[in-house]
Amino acid sequence: MAPRTLFEKIWDAHVVHAEVGQPTLLYIDRHLVHEVTSPQAFEGLRLAGRRVRRPELTYATMDHNVPTTDRSRPIEDPISAQQMKVLADNCREFGVTLFDLSSPDQGIVHVIGPELGITLPGQTIVCGDSHTSTHGAFGALAFGIGTSEVEHVLATQCLLQDKPKTFLIEVNGRRPYGVEAKDIILSIIGQIGTGGGTGMVIEYGGETIRSLTMEERMTVCNMSIEGGAKAGLIAPDEKTFAYLKGRRYAPQGKEFENAVAVWKQLCTDSGARFDRTLRIDAATISPQVTWGTNPGQVVPVDGRVPDPAEFRDADARKSAERALDYMGLRPRTPITEIPVDRVFIGSCTNSRIEDLRRVAGFVKGRRVNTSVYAMIVPGSQHVKHQAEEEGLHRVFTEAGFDWRESGCSMCLGMNPDTLKPGERCASTSNRNFEGRQGKGGRTHLVSPLMAAAAAVEGHFVDVRKYERNKD
Amino acid sequence: MTIGGAVREPPLQDTNQMDAFKKHTGLVTVLDLPNVDTDQIIPKQFLKRIERTGFGQFLFFDWRFLDGGKPNAEFEMNQPRYNGASILVTRANFGCGSSREHAPWALLDYGIRCLIAPSFADIFFNNCFKNGMLPIRLPEPQVEELFQRVRRTPGYQLTVDLDRKKISSNDGIDWPFDVDDFRRHCLLNGLDDIGLTLQQEAKINAYEATHSEIAPLVK
Repeated sequence: MAPRTLFEKIWDAHVVHAEVGQPTLLYIDRHLVHEVTSPQAFEGLRLAGRRVRRPELTYATMDHNVPTTDRSRPIEDPISAQQMKVLADNCREFGVTLFDLSSPDQGIVHVIGPELGITLPGQTIVCGDSHTSTHGAFGALAFGIGTSEVEHVLATQCLLQDKPKTFLIEVNGRRPYGVEAKDIILSIIGQIGTGGGTGMVIEYGGETIRSLTMEERMTVCNMSIEGGAKAGLIAPDEKTFAYLKGRRYAPQGKEFENAVAVWKQLCTDSGARFDRTLRIDAATISPQVTWGTNPGQVVPVDGRVPDPAEFRDADARKSAERALDYMGLRPRTPITEIPVDRVFIGSCTNSRIEDLRRVAGFVKGRRVNTSVYAMIVPGSQHVKHQAEEEGLHRVFTEAGFDWRESGCSMCLGMNPDTLKPGERCASTSNRNFEGRQGKGGRTHLVSPLMAAAAAVEGHFVDVRKYERNKD
Repeated sequence: MTIGGAVREPPLQDTNQMDAFKKHTGLVTVLDLPNVDTDQIIPKQFLKRIERTGFGQFLFFDWRFLDGGKPNAEFEMNQPRYNGASILVTRANFGCGSSREHAPWALLDYGIRCLIAPSFADIFFNNCFKNGMLPIRLPEPQVEELFQRVRRTPGYQLTVDLDRKKISSNDGIDWPFDVDDFRRHCLLNGLDDIGLTLQQEAKINAYEATHSEIAPLVK
């Protein structure tokens, strides 16, 4: 057999039926469900008298809408409450496991999947959410789907798919202090643009990628969609297996060892061909800050807001002009002179325990600037409890951060956590679209460390300046 | 205007029969921005409804309406000459970002059946076909040409013939376009994917008999 990429191996292993001139019928191993993109899908099943074909491969949680304040109080927004009730009713009716608001396992769907060992290497994983690409960190083919496809998977455990192209992004070299996984992926999106990966599955490789922890790999794969890619994945290795060992829904004991033997075959063969390749030297990457209204509008923290007049491409120039107007920024302003009103640390990109540990390590003994309101929203109840066990919550609250319950929160502002018009936020989330965090809100995407430093200083800071003080 | 998406009784819609798309003639409207994300197409505060319909009133909400709910006269699609449009011509990478199918639902409910742009984001592109809508990719110069013709001529209409894979107009446009054969077949016949897949149930059963979801064997 000709050498194949990791993606092609997973694809081939999931082909139920293929015919020339038609999309492939692909089997789906894990289907994750949340309250916002599923009600119409379940309703479709009901209307057609269909059942969920494999409820035991389907897991649901509530994350997009949920308040991040005291869970013992009733939900104030009746429409959100209704959507959550509908999910609970649907899960009961169709026999789907649900981690609801009262569950100790509740959290952002892309945080709890890996955390509970639902996500495994070599699987196909889908969810009605574009950041499903996160699970690619485990060497799974994971991608977001629309609600019609959610219904399709519920009914058939399969999807009709055209085979995507392949894109290798290799990152080599030593990552400087202050450059986080978030900076690697923001820098990649800055290079390829928000449509650069359209129709492709990205495989991230190279020594820098291999040196990342599992949580850092999730951050990288998470934002593949912001580069337009269908999915992003990383070949599993000993770190992957060590992470999964003992997780509740992962295989246990001998079964786990057997699975590892299979998972070890999940790599790109030498000589396999990619449709596109990009090589990046990690040593050249700086901490990144977005200045515009899409994640590709990004510069190094020691740079300046660009001047739209210098863009040669007409579309890029028009986008930049509009973005600067929306963001209330003048061309050539040094990034470090931009003040922030709000700091949000959370989202499926950056809300895991390692993110919180790095933030705590930085803010210990420092204070949130009096001009800033800063909140930390852990990705799941497990992350929250782990942080509290380690005493991180005390570090945060003593420094002046608001410490919240788990959920998507101000990444998309479907719950009460939103920006007011004109407020400027340093955010560890994944999208800086107009109005994403609240109508008129101005979002700058950054790493957790950069967000923490902005919270303390009240404006963006080049975190590399703290290097000599690090322990 | 209902703001906040008050929950109404869901109009029961049989999701297993998609409207067929064969040949469509309609008024053309324009949105002159690249990288329009689905957060703009339908902002998050309107995603809390539990039905597929009724989203049209919220389409491009933050652009279409000023604070207080008055239409924004500066938003080109708001010009009276575009009222009743069913074809949207726009720029590259339309529909990027969130996977929310509420985006095509909102466009469809507003009246849009066909979109023309140099490129579309994957999930959005796919979602359109599931709702009987046709997204057409045309090269940049042709899209630019359409922008100019539409703006020059109030009431500008196009005819999209999916069977012949052609776009035509009264002022001499007669352009072919590409569309995936399978998707074309499904749209022309209003076929529902789930029904098609269930015809393969024996194959799914056979696949499941040997497949491990825990450690899918590398074949």
